[in-house]
Amino acid sequence: MSKDELKIKLAELIPSATFDESGEWLNINITPPDFMSSIEILRNKVELNFDYLFCQTCIDWKTHLMMVYHLESTAYRHQLVIKIQLDRNKPEIETVSHIWRTAEFHEREVYEMFGVNFLNHPDLRLLILPDGWEGRNPLRKDFEDPVNMIKL
Amino acid sequence: MYRETEILKQPGVGDPDVFGDMVINIGPQHPSTHGVLHLVITLNGETIKKVEPHLGYIHRSIEKMCESLSFRQFIYVTSKMDYLSSHINNHGCCLCVEKGMQIEVPPRAQVIRVLMDELTRLASHQLWWGAGAMDIGALTPFFYAFREREMINDIMEETCGTRLTMNYMVPGGVMTDVHPNFQKRVHQFIDHFKKKIDEYDELLTGNVIFQHRMKGVGYLSKEDAISYGCTGPTARGSGVNCDIRKLFPYEVYNKLQFDEIIETGCDCFARYLVRMKEMRESLSIVEQLIDNIPEGDIQAKTKAVLKLPKGEYYSRVETARGEFGVYIVSEGGTTPYRIKFRSPGYSNLSALDHMARGGKIGDLVAIMAMIDLVIPDIDR
Repeated sequence: MSKDELKIKLAELIPSATFDESGEWLNINITPPDFMSSIEILRNKVELNFDYLFCQTCIDWKTHLMMVYHLESTAYRHQLVIKIQLDRNKPEIETVSHIWRTAEFHEREVYEMFGVNFLNHPDLRLLILPDGWEGRNPLRKDFEDPVNMIKL
Repeated sequence: MYRETEILKQPGVGDPDVFGDMVINIGPQHPSTHGVLHLVITLNGETIKKVEPHLGYIHRSIEKMCESLSFRQFIYVTSKMDYLSSHINNHGCCLCVEKGMQIEVPPRAQVIRVLMDELTRLASHQLWWGAGAMDIGALTPFFYAFREREMINDIMEETCGTRLTMNYMVPGGVMTDVHPNFQKRVHQFIDHFKKKIDEYDELLTGNVIFQHRMKGVGYLSKEDAISYGCTGPTARGSGVNCDIRKLFPYEVYNKLQFDEIIETGCDCFARYLVRMKEMRESLSIVEQLIDNIPEGDIQAKTKAVLKLPKGEYYSRVETARGEFGVYIVSEGGTTPYRIKFRSPGYSNLSALDHMARGGKIGDLVAIMAMIDLVIPDIDR
């Protein structure tokens, strides 16, 4: 499906979503309450069939956090970028690791680097950071470490 | 305090029903992990119940580091991620910056870039072949592979100045022109390696013991490979077509004659065959290009200070291990606001538990060798 066809189709299926077409791929903004139902549609609708999550990350916008999911369909080769705003003080979102298994590792990384809590994740523990690391999330913009960080 | 001998004398030792599961640590310092990877393995007898990777022993927080480096500087840090595909890492970053700045790369630079990419892929696969065979217990291939790899390293040294982390690509082209000896040396390498790759096959591929160690080990179905986000030879061994060079061609790949290698064995041997055949394809790409490097500039004209317009950019390239993605979020300044590297090894490693579960501990090393793990690429 081309970018425009995808937009028309998704606007039908997910009425609450807003779109942004400035980038290379179609961006879709979803609100947290609609997240799980939208994800189910994207994965399971035969004509969409987004079965490959090739990048999952988070961005700290200082006022809020934003989860970014890059999806692709290996059958049709169309791409979609999902964006969800999260509260910076208490970031919480449902896990997608039961739909795309690769998310299990990516979510653990986002959990330790940004402090996002993934609900129903099977094994939410530190992965890269050393044991006993508490609270501070290195990839947030306000992270300071005077010992290990060199300011340029 | 127990003495080992006292424990061994107890009734039921070695019986998993009496003593329960055994937990074994492999690494962080273990020759078969090819770096500092720590695996905690739960065993029942010899059967693997669970593999838990612990990462971060070589984590340098490259993503955070890049946030304070300019759009020219951050490219060189990425050489240190997947050090066996450093050209291709740099290439991915350059493509992303060029996409944002809308820079047109001159044809000569495009061809040189692809040549360097393919030579890097060959060197990486050679190292994988030698080290992988060594993991399984065959020592000779290691020396054979390094003999050929040395020739590529010499070619790189002449043109780029370094042998491992080349830092040769810049936004808009390549840093310097190729060395006058470049074409001659590459021709020598092609002639030499064409004979040697048949020798590789004779030595290892057809070996019965080797095939027994590989066939049916580490099964990964096509659906699982996609779901785990596996790319590169790991996924192509399971029948997924995921070669970025074919699907979303960059530079001159759409003008070249080469096949995407797909095997449907779904086991370690299929992954092995994919890489062996990929070496031949890479060799053919190098052969097609080496006499057809167009004349002209090696760099497009660019400003001294690059400022990416506000927005988001994503580029994808095919490294020796799979799909490498660069995601840049720019606020219009001289440094990236946020950068994310989608490293192939990280996703491939997430499937390790699935592949090894239910198998024997002896097979774990074979599975790891055929995923071709590079730990700095995983930890970033």
